[in-house]
Amino acid sequence: MKYLILMQVDPAVLERLTEEQQKMIEEGHAAFTARTKETGEFIATQALADPSQSKVVRARNGVPEVTDGPFAEAKEFLGGFYLLDVEDEARVVEQAKLIPHARIDGLAVEIRPVMFSDLGDL
Amino acid sequence: MTVTPAHVDEGLWRELVPQALARLLRTYGRDQIDLCEDAVQDALVAAHQQWTVQAPEDPLAWLVTAARRRYIDRVRSDYRRRDRETREALLALPLNACSSESSAIDDSLLLLHLCCHPALPRSAQVALTLRAVAGLSTAQIANVYQLPEATVAQRITRAKRRIAELGGALPRPGDVTERLPSVLDVLYVMFTEAHHTTTGEPAHDADLAAEAIRLARQLHKALPLDTEVSGLLALMLLTEARRPARVGPDNRLIPLDEQDRRLWEPALIAEGRALVERAVVGATPGPYLLQACIAALHAEAPDTASTDWSEILALYRLLEVITENRNPTIALNRIVAEAMVHGEEYALACIDELAEHHPRLSRLAGVRAHLLERLGRDDEAVAAYRQAIKETRNIAEQAHLRARLRRLLRSPGAPSSHPVSDIEPSRRPTGVRRPWAGEATIASPRS
Repeated sequence: MKYLILMQVDPAVLERLTEEQQKMIEEGHAAFTARTKETGEFIATQALADPSQSKVVRARNGVPEVTDGPFAEAKEFLGGFYLLDVEDEARVVEQAKLIPHARIDGLAVEIRPVMFSDLGDL
Repeated sequence: MTVTPAHVDEGLWRELVPQALARLLRTYGRDQIDLCEDAVQDALVAAHQQWTVQAPEDPLAWLVTAARRRYIDRVRSDYRRRDRETREALLALPLNACSSESSAIDDSLLLLHLCCHPALPRSAQVALTLRAVAGLSTAQIANVYQLPEATVAQRITRAKRRIAELGGALPRPGDVTERLPSVLDVLYVMFTEAHHTTTGEPAHDADLAAEAIRLARQLHKALPLDTEVSGLLALMLLTEARRPARVGPDNRLIPLDEQDRRLWEPALIAEGRALVERAVVGATPGPYLLQACIAALHAEAPDTASTDWSEILALYRLLEVITENRNPTIALNRIVAEAMVHGEEYALACIDELAEHHPRLSRLAGVRAHLLERLGRDDEAVAAYRQAIKETRNIAEQAHLRARLRRLLRSPGAPSSHPVSDIEPSRRPTGVRRPWAGEATIASPRS
C-alpha cells in the first residue's frame, strides 16, 4: 500500500535548532532514504521551496487567474514528502517514527494513504 | 545502453562512439539521426560480443562498417518505410561518400554543434549532447537528473525528431563559429548542473562535471586559438580544483572564504592558469575568459584577505560591460567585490539599487543579509536572512543561510568575522540522493 508522508515545517522551530539537531536532521534523512531503499519500500522524496515562492492558479469566471503566494496562509507548511510502498498502516507508522521531523518538538509528519498513482514509466 | 568490452579503455570507447555516429550522419544525413544512433548502438552490442579476445586494429573503421550494415538492415526492415522508392534512395544515394581522412576531432565537433542546435530547448541540447557526444546511456542521464528513464528517453527522441525535421546535412564548418556560443553555454550548464559525486557514489555513476570537462578539452583541442573555448575550459578546471575543499564532512557546503585552500588541486589550477595566461595575450575578452581570469585570481591567493579584490572588481565591471548589463547575477558578484574594496556601506547601497530592478534575484537577499551582519545591524540582518531562506530554491544554500541565521540569533552583537565573499560560481546539486550537499550557482554569463 502506498502512503505519502508529509513533513510539516515551522520555520521558527528550524531557526532555533541546535547544531546537533541540525546534524541529526541531515543525517537522519539520508539514513531514512537509504534504509527504505534497502527494504524496497522507497518510491520518491522531494523537498519543497518556501510557500512564499508558490503561485496559485485558480478560476475566476471560468478563466485561470494567477496569484503569488500560497493557497492558504499558515504558520506551518508542507516542507517535503516521502512516498513509500509498505505492507500496511502499522508499518508506515513504524517507519514514519524514524524520520527526523518526528523527533523534534514543534515539527511533525502526517501520513496519508494514496488512492491512485501514475509515476510514469519508472 | 552503451556497453564497454572489458579490454577496451572506457575513455577510448567514449571517443569512438560519437565519431562513428558522426561518420554515419555524414553519409546518410542528419535527418537520419534516429536510425543512425540505433545502428551505432547495435554495432556496439556486436562489438561487445565479438571483441572478446582483442579489439580490431582499427576499432573505429570496424564500428563504422558494422553500424553501416545495421543501418541498411534497419532501413530495409523498417515496416514504416512502405515507400519503396524512398527506401532505395536512402540506401543508394548517401549524401556524400565517407571522407575517411576527415579528422576524428572534426567529426566530434560537428556532432557537438548538431546536438546544440539553436532550435532545441536547452534541456534537450544537454541531454542529446550527453547521449550522442559523451556516449552516456539514457539510464545514466536519467540518474544524473533524477528523472524517470522514460522521460529522458522521450526528451532525446523529440530532440532527434526535431533535428530530422530541420533536415539537411551536418553543420558546415562555417556554422561552427556561429553556433559556438550555444555550444559553450551547453557545456557550462552541464558543468554547473553536476551534482556532487564526492565519496560513496557507485563507480558507474556518471559525473557530469567530468563529462563537461572532457568535452571542453576536445573542443579546445579542435579550436586551440579560440579564447572563449580556452576561457571556458580554464573556468571549469579552476572551479573543479576547489571541489575537495567545497564539501565538509557532513556534506555541508563550505563557502569560498572558509575553504581550506590546501585541499585545492594544484595540477588543475596550474593547467587552468596556463590556459588563461596564453589566452589573454592580445585577446578581446569574452565572458568565459573574463570569468576564468577571476577564478585564476582566487586560485592564486592564499586566503580571502590577500585576494586581489581591486583586480577582481575591475574584471567584473568589464564583464558587465561586454554582457551589456543583461545579467544581474554578474552585478551581484561585482557588488561582493565592491564590499571588499569600498566597504559594506557602499556595497549595501549598490544592492538596494540592484534590488529595485531585480527584486527576486537569486542570492541577492543572502548577500544583503551578510553585509548587514558585518555592519552589526543585527535586526535588519535577521530579517534579511529570513527573507533569503524563503527565496532560495537551492536546498544547500538554504541550509547554509539557516546556519548563519542561527549563529546570529545565538550571539547577537558579535559581528561576523567572515568576509562577505561567500559565493562562488559553481555547481548546483540536482540529485535527491545528496540533497544537503552543494553550493550556490552563477547563471550562464550569456543568459
